Amino acid sequence: MVKVTIDGIDVEVEAGTTVLNAARKIGGDVVPPAMCYYSKLEGSGGKCRTCLVEVAAGSANDPRPMPKLVASCSTPVQDGMVIKNKTSEKVHVNRGAVTEFLLINHPLDCPICDQAGECHLQDLGYEHGASGTRYEEERRRFDPIDIGNKIKLHMNRCILCYRCVMVANQLTDKRVHGVLGRGDHAEISTYIHNAIENDFSGNMIDVCPVGALTDKTFRFKSRVWFLKPMEATCECTKCSGKAVVWMFGDEIYRVTARKDKYGEVEDNDGKPAWICNDCRFEKKDPAKWNILGPRKINRHSVISANHYELADPNNNSKKVK
Amino acid sequence: MESLSNRRKVVSNKKMSFVESLYLPAVVSGMWITFKHIFKKRTTIKYPEEQRPFAPVYRGMHVLKRDEQGRENCTACGLCAVACPAEAITMVAAEREVGQENLYREEKYAETYEINMLRCIFCGLCEEACPKEAIFLTDRIVPTNFDRDDFVYGKDRLVETLDHRIDVTNRQHTGKRGTK
Repeated sequence: MVKVTIDGIDVEVEAGTTVLNAARKIGGDVVPPAMCYYSKLEGSGGKCRTCLVEVAAGSANDPRPMPKLVASCSTPVQDGMVIKNKTSEKVHVNRGAVTEFLLINHPLDCPICDQAGECHLQDLGYEHGASGTRYEEERRRFDPIDIGNKIKLHMNRCILCYRCVMVANQLTDKRVHGVLGRGDHAEISTYIHNAIENDFSGNMIDVCPVGALTDKTFRFKSRVWFLKPMEATCECTKCSGKAVVWMFGDEIYRVTARKDKYGEVEDNDGKPAWICNDCRFEKKDPAKWNILGPRKINRHSVISANHYELADPNNNSKKVK
Repeated sequence: MESLSNRRKVVSNKKMSFVESLYLPAVVSGMWITFKHIFKKRTTIKYPEEQRPFAPVYRGMHVLKRDEQGRENCTACGLCAVACPAEAITMVAAEREVGQENLYREEKYAETYEINMLRCIFCGLCEEACPKEAIFLTDRIVPTNFDRDDFVYGKDRLVETLDHRIDVTNRQHTGKRGTK
């Protein structure tokens, strides 16, 4: 076990833990935002640079500060490390700059985007974004394309975090999409609009931090803040069957995996509870689900706006209209 | 206990004198005040013939604006509906088809958009929430009606027509478009 200090809070973690995971062990405000790192996906992280933190003292043996900000998602902790995140002015300025870079080519079409309300880039922009843009050139544009008949890809919104590529690599047996081109031309694509036919390909939608990959069965149906997220289970042979159904009245509008406060899929018996495409896209009939009750949503989230029912611990919730 | 506001009045049960109990002096002085007002400037107007000017930010009937090219601004983002404290606004979104680019500005549009004018309290929060400068409150008054159903205004009565544009230049513009 090594001891590190993050924003003045001491925490003991195992050697080899990354700074980001040490901060998540503390929780709360000291956790740096992460757009590309996804703890359930091997090899993710290190791309978006939003999680950069300042290391004020490298370790107990060598307490010199690190010369540059480091990516907390891929930097392992060392004993006696002193890390500054919220308390560092440098980190704050840098995060604003990273946000500006991520938004350079972003179309800012949140009123249209289905991800609005649960988008990490929106949260990041809300906290660190500038009110205006300094970018005068034309933004890069791609036409939205269909990846299979259930997933829509809006390349304009993509921040190239590679999470969806890793889902395809690590969850499914065959990957048919990837990042084509380099630099400004880099885009997520399939060869000749190849359909992604795999039982777990829908999880790309859940891992996408922005609205680049969205559910076609939910496309423009509603907005997330009009829906009620309910915990539900179903009998499924392919996946754990533990999901969140987003209801409007008695109808199920969409199904997603259960996500924790970092937007990552929750664990089920020590394994991430990915859900299969059958559960996600096909089961829109409430009779097929065992609905357990409303999901706990942070009351500051827009998703809990205009919802008046309380989370019922005994699961005998009655709908309040 | 001593009153903190200093506005407390002690109730008195003073007995009226004989002259006061006649009420006649009080009636006469009241009538005198009424009579004096005959010669004063009138504060009322005869409404349908005469009309008062509206304040530039008067909050009356809504309008759904079109842009300069006549395309509908509304993209059915739902922010007006979530901002509405009276839950008066409902909408259904639809995707713009190829060939409809001259009708709708964005790739999503409101297929139906309804405001229940009986629920609406004309607070203007929808106008403030709108990121697309689509909905504005105007100086028009919602007309009276006999049926409750007729107060649910759909797109047919909310969207401005191409030959009869509603001027909202005096109103607050919350977004970037059209300002500066």
